[in-house]
Amino acid sequence: MRRRAFLASLLASASLPAASWADAGSPAYLAAAREGDGTYALFGLDAACQDIFRIPLPARGHAACAHPAAPEAVAFARRPGTFALVIDCATGQTRHHLQAPEGRHFYGHGVFAREGRILVTTENDIASGEGRLGLWDRQAGYSRIGEIASGGIGPHDILALPGDLLAVANGGIRTHPDHGRDKLNIPTMRPTLTYMDLSGEVLEQVTLDPALHKASIRHLAWRDGLLAFAMQWQGPLPDPAPLLGLHRRGSAPLLCAAPEGEHLAMQGYAGSVAISAGRIGITSPRGGRLHLFDHGGSFRTSLHRADICGLAAGADGLLATDGRGGILAAGERFAPLAHAARNWDNHLVRIV
Amino acid sequence: MRALIPALLLAATAASADTDRVLETHILPAVAGFASSAEALEDTARADCTRDALRPAYHATFDAWLGLSHLTFGPLEKDGRRLAIAFWPDSRGAGPRALARLIADQDPAVDSEAEFAEVSIAARGLFALEHLLYGEAYAAESYECRLVVAIAADLDRMAEAIAAEWPAYAALMQTPGASGNATYLAEQEVGQTLYTALMTGLEFTIDQRLGQPLGSFDRPRPRRAEAHRSGRALRNVVLSLEALQDLARAMADGPTPAADRAFDAAFATADKLDDPVLAGVADPTGRLRVEILQQKVRAVKDALTSEIGMALGLSQGFNSADGD
Repeated sequence: MRRRAFLASLLASASLPAASWADAGSPAYLAAAREGDGTYALFGLDAACQDIFRIPLPARGHAACAHPAAPEAVAFARRPGTFALVIDCATGQTRHHLQAPEGRHFYGHGVFAREGRILVTTENDIASGEGRLGLWDRQAGYSRIGEIASGGIGPHDILALPGDLLAVANGGIRTHPDHGRDKLNIPTMRPTLTYMDLSGEVLEQVTLDPALHKASIRHLAWRDGLLAFAMQWQGPLPDPAPLLGLHRRGSAPLLCAAPEGEHLAMQGYAGSVAISAGRIGITSPRGGRLHLFDHGGSFRTSLHRADICGLAAGADGLLATDGRGGILAAGERFAPLAHAARNWDNHLVRIV
Repeated sequence: MRALIPALLLAATAASADTDRVLETHILPAVAGFASSAEALEDTARADCTRDALRPAYHATFDAWLGLSHLTFGPLEKDGRRLAIAFWPDSRGAGPRALARLIADQDPAVDSEAEFAEVSIAARGLFALEHLLYGEAYAAESYECRLVVAIAADLDRMAEAIAAEWPAYAALMQTPGASGNATYLAEQEVGQTLYTALMTGLEFTIDQRLGQPLGSFDRPRPRRAEAHRSGRALRNVVLSLEALQDLARAMADGPTPAADRAFDAAFATADKLDDPVLAGVADPTGRLRVEILQQKVRAVKDALTSEIGMALGLSQGFNSADGD
């Protein structure tokens, strides 16, 4: 570390005792929602899924990502958005507006790496359509410090794994802001699951059988060396293509599906994925169902709930949110935990 | 089945009048009608499984199915039954392939109800039956005949299960917010579910029943019209619209003049079309007429969005309509 930077960080830590999630009421989860009056907000929820804080958002968001220690959340605009907000969840104030650089837009997900010092965002290099990961330095006021190739087209969800490894779901779908959310390359799309480090070196790349090249790998979950990836089928429906894959480094992916009728009822769409101690879940808001698998990839249960999408691992089991304002614990059946007059958005984010 | 309806209404305590009306006038009669048609289909097939003998019962069962095919929640969504009853659209040709495989293997699964329930859903249901009843002729002692009986029995099994499960599901619809009711957490959700079924049903007719054969202007796809082998493509459009009008009337809190006019216009357009399998999509004039029908169904949807959706404060799914 250069001497000046060292002094600066010393000064910063001396004058500002680091705030923690306790200063924001110790929320266990973050989730965005549309409220009854049509406005949008980010909510902090406690372990029992009751509201702790509510911070207004200027527009519908996609995912949020939580800083591992400080009470900061980054809320992303829906793709193809060009802004993200760094929100101080203790005060409710927006601390920083992140603007995607010229020629880039965000894809809606991001993650903190290097113990929270670096924010990594999934982005589109609009001219080439190549996926990029934007790197932002939190201690320098979230200044943009660089970018690396994401290992594919259309990077969506991203995780930071132990050892500062990144796992990136390159969905494979090329989009261009001039064409909104139109998918420009379905016949040739080729999704990948990419493991890389922050220098941009690809350490392992998982691709599926060419017959499954229209299975867009979009959302990720990780637990104890097991990575689960959720997919969205881009071909005609009904189609038996799997929507869940399990992967361990160095092994071939294991593709999982429920029995035929149940599986087809997911309508080729998994919106979120999460792993608990005993189960892996994928949600389909279109099919109105949650499919639960065991860690070996065997299908166990289907639970029905209209417009279900958000999913996270709780202290004991998976929790789901839905577009009707419900939060449910997913065991052998659903147990409602909370209900409010709001529409929970795609994702439920667990604060580590 | 018939005894079920009054018993259910007596049991209703916390339900809103609308839910009772929808159950009493729309859902339960449709469910009972499908069960009795499917039972007659199986009886007919067991008596005589040849094509000519079975076609009228097939049509009656398909007609009855269209009375409830839009009720994609509850008993119909269990195990993905809806597709097992009506596997369409099938752009991959999975149905004919699965049937050809069963026939080539002379698969004995047809002789066991339990085993046949496990074969690919592409080889089951109304469209599998149509493929056999309107494909090549087969003899009364053939494997195809046993297959037809198996499909009819399987349809009856599913129709019976749906009818058996509806009372318990209706009770959930009548007690939203009650402790232990994880299906309906609030009263609004019941209307939301019905409204989503109404809108999704119209979208299915717009995008699939009419959209599939329309294809694109440069590439119309008349062979993709629903149930065209049995001459039912337009009939399915009309019967589905009738069922959705029935649901809309049961849901409405007051008069729905715009929706009534829009339904009338759609039925009149369908009547004048004189094209039972929508084959006209292949030429410009015929195509325009099918497109006009599609526009009329869109107009029905718009009218219902305002007269049912906005009037009752209901909207379709938040995440299901978006996706990312």
